[in-house]
Amino acid sequence: MTDLWHLFLSAAFVDNMPLTLFLGLCTFLALSKRSESALGLGIAMTGVLGVTVPLNWLIYQGLLAPGAWAWAGMPALDLSYLSLIAFIGVIAATVQVLEMLLDRFFPGVHAAFGVFLPLLTVQCAILGGSLFMVDRSYDFDESIVFGLGSGVGFAIAVVMLGAIRSRLAYADLPTGLRGLGIAFILTGMMSLGFASFAQMAMSQ
Amino acid sequence: MAQRVNFWSTLTDPLIRQNPVTLQILGICSALAVTTSLATALTMSVSLTVVLTLSAAIISLIRRHIPDTIRLIVQIVIVASLVIVIDQILQAYFAEISRALSIYVSLITTNCLVLGRTEAHARHHAPLPAAVDAFGNGLGYSLVLIVIGGVRELFGRGQLFGWQAFALADAGGWFTPLGLMLLAPSAFFLLGGLVWAIRAWHPEQVEPPEHVPPDRTRSAE
Repeated sequence: MTDLWHLFLSAAFVDNMPLTLFLGLCTFLALSKRSESALGLGIAMTGVLGVTVPLNWLIYQGLLAPGAWAWAGMPALDLSYLSLIAFIGVIAATVQVLEMLLDRFFPGVHAAFGVFLPLLTVQCAILGGSLFMVDRSYDFDESIVFGLGSGVGFAIAVVMLGAIRSRLAYADLPTGLRGLGIAFILTGMMSLGFASFAQMAMSQ
Repeated sequence: MAQRVNFWSTLTDPLIRQNPVTLQILGICSALAVTTSLATALTMSVSLTVVLTLSAAIISLIRRHIPDTIRLIVQIVIVASLVIVIDQILQAYFAEISRALSIYVSLITTNCLVLGRTEAHARHHAPLPAAVDAFGNGLGYSLVLIVIGGVRELFGRGQLFGWQAFALADAGGWFTPLGLMLLAPSAFFLLGGLVWAIRAWHPEQVEPPEHVPPDRTRSAE
């Protein structure tokens, strides 16, 4: 239990997706202009990551990993090079299903952040979550916790950036820095802040 | 489709004036993650340019046959297949660099730059202009990567392509490496600075203020 909790914390803070691994920056920067849209994106990310990482774990272990077809008499078959296409397919399908389910049962929620859902198909952070899961050979429980943790970490970071950026209305910036430039600098500073979590994890 | 296409401006516009990274906010994730050294930055640039150009050409070839509703899936599958090929080539011939790039080569699949260009340009243009546009965007992306990768490697380790450009203090020289340059935050700072520099040079890229204070609503800009 403590191991899983530790994994959750390290996925959310130490290996924060946008700030230390540079994943999902496109949407991170594009949708953080206001904190409401940032919150919607964060929630959608957490949901999709929490579903797709374990789902991809099942597919990878059941169909693609070296030796997965041993029961069918083909122990040498290694389909892991197909994992990229499989993962993308699963993510696209999950996003689509999630969107339809939300639309059917929670139209309010769907209206609130429906625009962000289709975007998530091409989100590097989501594909990255699944690829890291394979890279670090997590087991099923760990992959659930890892997916949720990364999603929460993304949500925290994007909401923080959104809050800071909406405050920038009161700042008198050089014209060249306005918009994208200052967003990068702010992200850099937040990334410095999150770097201290890495120190914390090491000193434990 | 009979419009005259100026190949030269299609090719050179994305270098600075329409740069995909600093202006269109496309493909930033990989641009920052792989720039700790010039060698990885260069490998990534070449891989991305190849994937981008080929996918734009292929998608443009079959653009009249893709049903509109499933075009995203079709495009992603084409891109993913190309990425798998590149990934396998890198693993076979450049094993060391492939390990340094870790998952970021696979992440070209979801690189917003590839889908962004196919979606915005290749879908509506003939194969040749589409490929030229994609190649230009790939070059613009490479330019940013190489600048940032060069600065980070030079000041972080005193090296260029692994060659010792500055004599290190440990080895009796004068240069003390800046460890921060190799960490995540410096990549953000450098890219922010680069955006600033380009916008100081091309003021037409400056974004309009998002919020205008009420008492200056008319007088601002």
